[in-house]
Amino acid sequence: MGQTVAQKIIARAAHRDTVEPDEVLWVDVDIAMIHDSGGPRRIWPMLTELGVRVLDPDRLVMVSDHYVPAQDVGAAEILQTTRAFAKEFGVTRFHEAQGIAHTLMVEKAYLRPGMLYVGGDSHTCTGGVLGCLALGMGSTDLFGVVATGRTWLRVPHTIRVEIDGALAVGVTAKDLILTIIGDHGMSGGLYRVLEFGGPAIAGMGIQERSVLTNMCAEIGAKTGIIPADDVTVSYLAERGVDVEPGPVSDQDATYAETWRYDATAVEPVIARPHRHDDVVPASEISGVPVGRAYIGACTGAKHSDLVMAAEVLRGRSVAPGVLLQVAPASRGAWEQAIGDGTAATLMEAGAHILSTGCGACPGIGSGVLGPGEVCISTTSRNARGRMGSPDSQVYLGSAYSVAAAAVAGEIVDPRMLMAVPA
Amino acid sequence: MTIIEGRVWKFGDDVDTDVIVPGRYLIGDVPEIARHVMEGIRPGFADLVEPGDIIVAGSNFGTGSSRDVAVKAMLATGIRAIVAESFARIYFRNCINSGLAPVECPGASVIEEGQRVRIDLLDGKVTVVDTGVVLEAVPLPKEIASILDAGGLVGFMRREIEADHR
Repeated sequence: MGQTVAQKIIARAAHRDTVEPDEVLWVDVDIAMIHDSGGPRRIWPMLTELGVRVLDPDRLVMVSDHYVPAQDVGAAEILQTTRAFAKEFGVTRFHEAQGIAHTLMVEKAYLRPGMLYVGGDSHTCTGGVLGCLALGMGSTDLFGVVATGRTWLRVPHTIRVEIDGALAVGVTAKDLILTIIGDHGMSGGLYRVLEFGGPAIAGMGIQERSVLTNMCAEIGAKTGIIPADDVTVSYLAERGVDVEPGPVSDQDATYAETWRYDATAVEPVIARPHRHDDVVPASEISGVPVGRAYIGACTGAKHSDLVMAAEVLRGRSVAPGVLLQVAPASRGAWEQAIGDGTAATLMEAGAHILSTGCGACPGIGSGVLGPGEVCISTTSRNARGRMGSPDSQVYLGSAYSVAAAAVAGEIVDPRMLMAVPA
Repeated sequence: MTIIEGRVWKFGDDVDTDVIVPGRYLIGDVPEIARHVMEGIRPGFADLVEPGDIIVAGSNFGTGSSRDVAVKAMLATGIRAIVAESFARIYFRNCINSGLAPVECPGASVIEEGQRVRIDLLDGKVTVVDTGVVLEAVPLPKEIASILDAGGLVGFMRREIEADHR
């Protein structure tokens, strides 16, 4: 019986030849990530209580992204605790205010194909874009991982998500994954791994692909994975890391289900408040007025997203009464945007540029929403109160859709503002 | 803690951790956060809960952010078990790791608010005390049950460390 790529990675980490779905196993973790919010301030007291230390600081990455820049003394103290933890335990791969953890784990090539990676955040699944098994967990699990290098897991079933065709101009990976989530619901992937493949995936770059794995959290999946191919290998090679393609699933691997999509048929879509699986074509809800447009988060503020926004905003201005805010997903993304003129385009259109970090997405950083405010956002979640007041409303869409709404003052099909027929 | 009995608070499907504990309260400590549990969908909930109460919910309970204070704050209000048709996987793990029993019970929708339920964790049974209806629950694998039995992951690791020294 063949094994899926997820089974192969778990089998290696469990020192077994093969594993079967639903087995509960203890596994070795290759690399772990903790951030300022769920990391040291929660984990350190547990280490102290048991009198244990970080087992291997070289297998731990730390990122301060939720509370940067500190907005009050409480936030500043959280950042101090995080710095002190890195120093105490000798964690050298520690990044404060350099970007969002999930973006940095990929950009800095800390993740490699075939790794078993555990991160203390639900969007850890983003990392599956590099062909590793990227598992999000909570603070207490991460305490266990940093102290022992191990964790338990239940071997998941895998859903193969086969994407044919190619996305049309003005249509993005965000539209594709929102379409999939809309079809299957926010618990449609519960406990299972989504393995993406097919011609449309082969034709996408790593940044766009990462939107697919990132939003596996929004479909309830254990994680998403795109087995490493030539695109992955060149991406890592550009960052000085030499790997071979794979691991991949065996030809005769058993899938729980196969979901097939034709990327060519996907159109710009929007998730309505307050459910990210309430997905409709942008053209169907055009005319909904917005006062805020937010381009941010690991989901929607990578360099590729900033370029998309600039494509719509070039030569245009943000509509009166709309506040367009941009919080780049990493310092690297912003440096690249400065280098290629994207940053200038965003600013000339009237965008308000925020610091890199998680920002308003989790309702913690700069740019949160007040009661009654209506926002269209490139982020991943719109549960009631997620980005601020429980009485605010958040629509989710691609960077094209957010930029187009910022210009129009209302939701529109972004292709209306691009040189393509809608 | 193999038998848990208590009064039921009923919730629907897809209860998000952003609703259980909104991000704006994450800066605080657990006792402070606990005062705001479920505030988004049931204002005043923390004041209504009494120690020993049980939450019954639909599918995908605890979806969203990995914040495990969304479990610790629940415990701090006095909730002793959560019975749901299904759980979001990270929330399920967080429950085990903090010693709050997550009971996966596909037929939980027949349970009504205010009823009393008795949960037998070992046998995988949920009994509605008021009606006598007995529902099947998914039994916990023994590896996971041993963590819950130790009161969570810290207690479990303490047992392992003590066993190593013996």
